[in-house]
Amino acid sequence: MARMKFLCDADRCIECNACVTACKNEHEVPWGINRRRVVTLNDGKPGERSISMACMHCTDAPCAAVCPVNVFYTTADGVVLHSKDLCIGCGYCFYACPFGAPQYPKTTNFGSRGKMDKCTFCAGGPEADGSKEEYEKYGANRLAEGKLPLCAEFCSTKSLLAGDGDVIAQIYKERVSKRGYGSGAWGWQTAYHETIAS
Amino acid sequence: MAKVSSRLLSHICIAAAVMMLVLIAAAAPSSPASAQNVPQAATSEQQLLNQLKLGGAISGQVSIPDKKSANLIHPAGRDWRTFRTVWLKWIGGVAVVGMVVLLIGFYMWRGTMKIAGGRSGRTIVRFSGFERFVHWLTATTFVVLGITGLNITFGRALILPWLGPQAFSEWSEWSKYAHNYISFAFTLGVLLMFLMWVGQNFPTKADITWFKMGGGMFSKGHTEPAPAWKFNGGQKLLYWFIVVAGAAMIVTGFILLFPFYAGLTIDSMELSQVFHGTVGVLFVALIIAHIYLGTIGMEGAFEAMSDGTVDVNWAKEHHPLWYDEMKSGAVDANAVVTPAE
Repeated sequence: MARMKFLCDADRCIECNACVTACKNEHEVPWGINRRRVVTLNDGKPGERSISMACMHCTDAPCAAVCPVNVFYTTADGVVLHSKDLCIGCGYCFYACPFGAPQYPKTTNFGSRGKMDKCTFCAGGPEADGSKEEYEKYGANRLAEGKLPLCAEFCSTKSLLAGDGDVIAQIYKERVSKRGYGSGAWGWQTAYHETIAS
Repeated sequence: MAKVSSRLLSHICIAAAVMMLVLIAAAAPSSPASAQNVPQAATSEQQLLNQLKLGGAISGQVSIPDKKSANLIHPAGRDWRTFRTVWLKWIGGVAVVGMVVLLIGFYMWRGTMKIAGGRSGRTIVRFSGFERFVHWLTATTFVVLGITGLNITFGRALILPWLGPQAFSEWSEWSKYAHNYISFAFTLGVLLMFLMWVGQNFPTKADITWFKMGGGMFSKGHTEPAPAWKFNGGQKLLYWFIVVAGAAMIVTGFILLFPFYAGLTIDSMELSQVFHGTVGVLFVALIIAHIYLGTIGMEGAFEAMSDGTVDVNWAKEHHPLWYDEMKSGAVDANAVVTPAE
């Protein structure tokens, strides 16, 4: 089975936020929740780079390690999913996540943050693939339909790549060798303990 | 003199609480503003990661209202993960299990500490109704907070396997709500306890002697009573631990209760949890010892907190200075020696 990964080629990203919009629309994500966002480094200065970031579906995921009620699981495709039925909304996964991926529907006090929501790699949740319950809780399950995440599909510059880790790493390597520069596979060291030699 | 030092001490306590808040606020180097300090040429992830200081983050600008999301990569989360999944479990396990083992060993060696002179049949008022109310308010809320708190750290390993995912999640969610809301009653209890007993908990010369004699706990034979006023040296230590550690638990607890409020960053949240967890497990261990000494560890001690009176012989043996003071009626006119019914 393929090991699914995201890779954002920061030298191509133009901060158009199409990935963010596509994600929000596809999964009908409520206000205030951003499964994906674009962060711009050195905004307006030389060396400016934008990176689209969401859950990286880490190897040995920190969220899964710290969860007090063990709601996370990794699919055969290497996608990190969670059960909203079991989540108690403690917020610990957000503290452990290096990418700020977990989101909470409520920001009210007393820690009543509601069920955690995050990027599913368009792979839904524990419910039956494509079921109404799954869609309401986790959004669309494109992977089950044989499609890749919509954020990457929508990317206007093909900066954001999603799919088999080996394939997208190869694509990125070819790009870097062709154009002669690359700022790295952002987050890969932290998420997968590996880099793409370029 | 006592009044002056009491005021001084309360100032020190307030200063300590403020210091802790400042420390937690200061440990927040990963504010999005720090992105301004990134050298302009540094655009490769490797360079930025190499430049990161402890607790730092690679952060930039975002166009969405949630400014927390400006942190692109925050590797410190992994340090917090190690604390939570490894260190806290060891600290808590050793402290709590170690204390229980120690107490079982102590009980097997020492048994229940009897009233050496036997019960006299006469009692003396030790704690007023209000004092007992404050004690039990703090005590009952602490037990709930302790159990629900330990559940967050140890529940997944110890309870989840036999309760199953559904029931364990249900229990954990309710225990989280209990922990969150009961904290307010605990806060009140600690505050009242601080105000109510602060005057009787300043160190005295008698405490030094008390500690030298080990409180009379470590010798089986009949010995002279260790000198103590209303509270002995050990109780005073416990009192100040409850006040200081209680304040630490309350401050860090409220930070965790109001996540990311008033400029709190991810580092403040992680650091608060580190404080809250570490002090919490030590607190539980200490209170286990306190419960032991107040119940099966010592004859005649529990009634001080149940009906508020103690046997006169118990008072003479454990708090001789206080007993003399009460007997002479110099301090408290309400303290009357009455025959037990």
